[in-house]
Amino acid sequence: MIATSTMLNGVLLGGLYALYGLGLSLTFGIMRTVNLAHGDIIVLATYLALITTQVLGLTPLMSLAVLVPVMFCIGYGLQRLILNRTLKDGMMPAVIITFGLSFVIQNGLLLGFSADRQVLRQGAIETMGVTLAPGVTIGVFPILTLAVLLVMIFALQAFMGRTLLGRAFRATSDDPATAELMGIDGKRIYGLAMGLSFAIIAVTGVVMGIRSNFSPFDGPARLIFAFEVIIIGGMGSIYGVLAGGLILGIAQTIGGAINPTFFQLAGHLVTLGILVVRPSGLFPETIERD
Amino acid sequence: MALLEVENLSAGYGLFQALRGISLAAEEGETLAIVGANGAGKTTLLRTICGALPAMTGRVSFDGTSIENSSAHQLARLGISMVPEGRKLFPSLTVEDNLIIGSYPKRKGFWTVERVYALFPELVKRRNNRGLDLSGGEQQMVAIGRALMANPRLLLMDEISLGLAPIVVNQIYKSLPEISGHGTSIVLVEQDLNRALSVSNHVYCLLEGHVELSGLSAQMDRQALIDAYFGANA
Ligand SMILES: Nc1ncnc2c1ncn2[C@@H]1O[C@H](COP(=O)(O)OP(=O)(O)OP(=O)(O)O)[C@@H](O)[C@H]1O
Ligand SMILES: [Mg+2]
Repeated sequence: MIATSTMLNGVLLGGLYALYGLGLSLTFGIMRTVNLAHGDIIVLATYLALITTQVLGLTPLMSLAVLVPVMFCIGYGLQRLILNRTLKDGMMPAVIITFGLSFVIQNGLLLGFSADRQVLRQGAIETMGVTLAPGVTIGVFPILTLAVLLVMIFALQAFMGRTLLGRAFRATSDDPATAELMGIDGKRIYGLAMGLSFAIIAVTGVVMGIRSNFSPFDGPARLIFAFEVIIIGGMGSIYGVLAGGLILGIAQTIGGAINPTFFQLAGHLVTLGILVVRPSGLFPETIERD
Repeated sequence: MALLEVENLSAGYGLFQALRGISLAAEEGETLAIVGANGAGKTTLLRTICGALPAMTGRVSFDGTSIENSSAHQLARLGISMVPEGRKLFPSLTVEDNLIIGSYPKRKGFWTVERVYALFPELVKRRNNRGLDLSGGEQQMVAIGRALMANPRLLLMDEISLGLAPIVVNQIYKSLPEISGHGTSIVLVEQDLNRALSVSNHVYCLLEGHVELSGLSAQMDRQALIDAYFGANA
């Protein structure tokens, strides 16, 4: 029973980790550059949700109706107005800019909200649980998180595979210069990809804020989890994000069941192990550019 | 007015000038062949026309509009398509997705996925393969089909016979009359002088970045063309 319960909790925790990884995987796969502010932007989205709930009197989940389009526009603007200007100089400028952005967000949030930990209140659903068997109870909200993740993964996969714009995303990832010859404006594609990533981050931030309390400095730890998910799952693979999240979540809960201090360590060790055995992850999809 | 007019065009890489004052013109419906030795500037010329490389000086006009400052993705929407040297299929896309992405400029016209398959029937059984699983000839057919999917008014083709067996090259060249028959003008780079002459209305021979010789293909003196190709008169 304890084993079943550990596995189930690992899967549910993995759902949250996969959410952390999804937005990062998208931009990493298409732009081939790392957004080092990814974790802080998740936290920023959580605070924006906090403001939206307070000002408009919405529940956190309802605030997504405002937050998703707003975050999309912020991401699109960040890419088009700032990051796209540095494209011709390789991936390093974007890495440095997002590194700086990470500090700006952390300190901005500290100024605006203090270092006190905050929570998003969704109501009864936060603490509801279902008992599957004696001794095996799982939370309703973690199940909802997993469901939201699966819907986003399938939607993203369908978008990439079936639509003309999705194919343009993949073509740009493969070879941006040749994609231009097909009439594809790479800068616009990068803007849309960052916007989409920020829209996913909006959902991630709200889910995170409902599941646990948060403070302005929680971003870097989220970034680490997102990285580990991508390292395990493989660069550019949407289903790899699911696999990476679940493996990381299960590793942590098993580690924690053995000894509570092993919780995070177990996840790091599994990531390292996979990095050694399969450096490009379990399901790599992104093709090396020449 | 010609569909494509290039006047005194110069272009290059950094300080290096690979094209020095090129002028040429292609009428609507025409096929124009560009020949020249390795490094003569043929690829640079096509890349400058299609907007992939900026012009240093000179003019390029397409259907009366100046396009020398336009980017490649804008020109694709105006109706200039490119079959790049080395084919450049998108490796993570299937054959069919490579064709579909060619329709991104959303230009209406004769060419559809089904009509590209009718032009190159061997691609049908390959439709779900990734581009790099194909033979060189099949890859070239996909690259041509992908460019056709934009229903271009002007199709630029860079060495479509490169590295292919003669029998495959023959088959690909047989498709050109059908392509121009549907209203597309063609500018084609070809190393093989006989093929270049037989398929084109006009031929231009480049030498070290300038036009050394040009004229009607049907009246071209072969020996003069060979001399120009090797720079015998330089
Ligand atoms: N990316 C580049 N950077 C610098 N110089 C280049 C570049 N590409 C081509 N060149 C130079 O420009 C000149 C013209 O090259 P180009 O590729 O246009 O020739 P080409 O006629 O297409 O030759 P080939 O028959 O080998 O394809 C050559 O001297 C070449 O070395
Ligand atoms: Mg060339």
